[in-house]
Amino acid sequence: MGGSIETLVNREYQYGFVTDIEAETIPRGLDEQTVRLISAKKNEPQWLLDWRLKALARWTTMKEPHWSNVKYEPINYQDVIYFSAPKTAKKLGSLDDVDPKLREMYGKLGISLSEQKRLNNVAVDVVMDSVSVGTSFKAELNKLGIIFCSFGEAVREHPDLVRKYLGSVVPHSDNFFAALNSAVFSDGSFCYVPKGVRCPMELSTYFRINAEGTGQFERTLIIADEGAYVSYLEGCTAPKRDTNQLHAAVVELIALKDATIKYSTVQNWFAGDENGEGGIFNFVTKRGKCAGENSKISWTQVETGSAITWKYPSVILQGDNSVGEFYSVAVVNNHQQADTGTKMTHIGRNTRSTIVSKGISAGQGNNSYRGQVKMMPKAANARNYTQCDSMLIGNRCGAHTFPYIEVQNPTATLEHEASTSKIGEDQIFYLTQRGISRENAVSMIVAGFCKDVFKELPMEFALEAQQLLGITLEGSVG
Amino acid sequence: MLEITDLQAKAGNREILRGITLTVEPGEVHAIMGPNGSGKSTLAQVLAGNPAYEVTGGSAIYDGKDLLAMPPEERAQAGVFLAFQYPVEIPGVSNAYFLRTAFNAIRQSRGEDEVDPIEFLDYMEKKLELVDMDVEMLSRSVNMGFSGGEKKRNEILQMAVLEPRLALLDETDSGLDIDALRIVANGVNALKRPDNATIVVTHYQRLLNYIVPDYVHVLAHGRIVKSGDKGLALELEAKGYDWLVEPQGAVA
Repeated sequence: MGGSIETLVNREYQYGFVTDIEAETIPRGLDEQTVRLISAKKNEPQWLLDWRLKALARWTTMKEPHWSNVKYEPINYQDVIYFSAPKTAKKLGSLDDVDPKLREMYGKLGISLSEQKRLNNVAVDVVMDSVSVGTSFKAELNKLGIIFCSFGEAVREHPDLVRKYLGSVVPHSDNFFAALNSAVFSDGSFCYVPKGVRCPMELSTYFRINAEGTGQFERTLIIADEGAYVSYLEGCTAPKRDTNQLHAAVVELIALKDATIKYSTVQNWFAGDENGEGGIFNFVTKRGKCAGENSKISWTQVETGSAITWKYPSVILQGDNSVGEFYSVAVVNNHQQADTGTKMTHIGRNTRSTIVSKGISAGQGNNSYRGQVKMMPKAANARNYTQCDSMLIGNRCGAHTFPYIEVQNPTATLEHEASTSKIGEDQIFYLTQRGISRENAVSMIVAGFCKDVFKELPMEFALEAQQLLGITLEGSVG
Repeated sequence: MLEITDLQAKAGNREILRGITLTVEPGEVHAIMGPNGSGKSTLAQVLAGNPAYEVTGGSAIYDGKDLLAMPPEERAQAGVFLAFQYPVEIPGVSNAYFLRTAFNAIRQSRGEDEVDPIEFLDYMEKKLELVDMDVEMLSRSVNMGFSGGEKKRNEILQMAVLEPRLALLDETDSGLDIDALRIVANGVNALKRPDNATIVVTHYQRLLNYIVPDYVHVLAHGRIVKSGDKGLALELEAKGYDWLVEPQGAVA
């Protein structure tokens, strides 16, 4: 009987449905007209249109990078729809004004925008496709002077803040996808926490890609002023689709002196079917700048979806004594591919960074960790600790590690640990022999493997993450 | 309680069990002895349901049910427990969490209420005393950084927690010093009840000084070649296995 190879049971992607709300889209393709159209639809000021056009001009001179360890069919950038907005025209004051079809969608997604969420003390800013719909708890946050709204609203209500920080961490020239995003970004979240204020609730955004062929270009900007604290949750689901969908978001975080930003993500985009057809391409640029002394930025991510994941949430440790953290669990199953990791750039003195990366590969998935730790000349006494562990499930998957270390200061210290393990039938048998079901056994072993990352997630996310992991790996051991 | 008839099994292409017939009644302790490669461990593994082995013939009826048709977790829920020869490590999973999950899984299968962490801790305290282990081990990962003796004691601890009806001890004495051996044996003896049974797989007579068997069976080349009482074990200690075992699998 040997290793009891089980037939792959792919649980039907439970969020695979489409909302047939009328979506207003523009013709496919990208040129200056497209950008002007997007900007006009959003009633943007001239300075922002100019910013977009500069980015577009730059993008047209750039080539798509191919150094990653992921393979995909060439993307025809002219065959993508760059804007889609649901047809609810008026600005929504309360959740009761939300289109009932949208409400139904939220229900299916398990997102309760009702009092229940309120009791959990989570403020929700929902982005459907390219336009934000409704914001909650604005009044409570307003009292503290915290701004949390859609990016579009921030441009209208707080243009000086946006202008000051937009592109300060990820300039449009940074990379191909950042340039693309800068030209056509649709919407996203904006958050500003004033001096000395601790945001009392976890801020969160849910959104999904809906209209076929729409590229989702989210732009998020979070600023924590001196001594401020904010914890932000990003979680998303997407409907099942046949055409690949491009997702090229940009997230910029700025932490000033003594401030802390915690950014957590649980990502579950449609990953393609068991033959690798369809699925989201997730090419994201996320970066935080610890601009002030003693500031801290922490990225925690659990990536289980997407056909291809290509992202490196990074931290620029500019302020002295600043701290950067990256905790990640990346799962690839069936035909998924991931090339993900982080860049920690130590500029200031006594800066510290911690990297804990857990990669899980199953099916024919291919997982690569790519990390860069850079100690610049003035980074005296800087420290980095990196731990990257890979777990292989089955015999056809792959795990790779590409660590880069550049040290230009002799007093810097780095520690790097790496391990590779295989989830074995012997571990499963040990647990099943104690009465634990096979499914729970795999969950337990994987959760144990991911423990160091899960404990960094806000409680409600940790639970969702664990369930997600279980679902993603169902039927993969054997 | 357990009726094994002409059980045959193989691992990959290697035939190991070539027809085992054995009956175990409640309250009994059976010792399985034999030279290396005789199939002793395999018997225990096959009864527990290790997927690495394939049953090629025969049957095993446990409490009137077809044991071999049940997946490992069902057998465990029916009261079958295997004390592993080489307990595996499970990083990141605490002993407390693992034990409580197993305990609750078995309770749930019996329609009983699950226990919460506090109740479970109370329950654990007495069990820990049985194997002379400290409560702090509960927060360590399963078998991580455990010495050989600690791993074996952990197996008996689990047995004490799960209170099986049929315990299969697979060379529980291997790698143990005298003190650890005594602790393990005392643990096993303390768990003995008129309604449960134990199958002890061992190489050496020494363990059987502490866990006294009602029956001793000698396995050679995948078959039971002789059965007797505890006196047989002493005879083996004195004479070795040669007088019972012929090469090429012939029976003495």
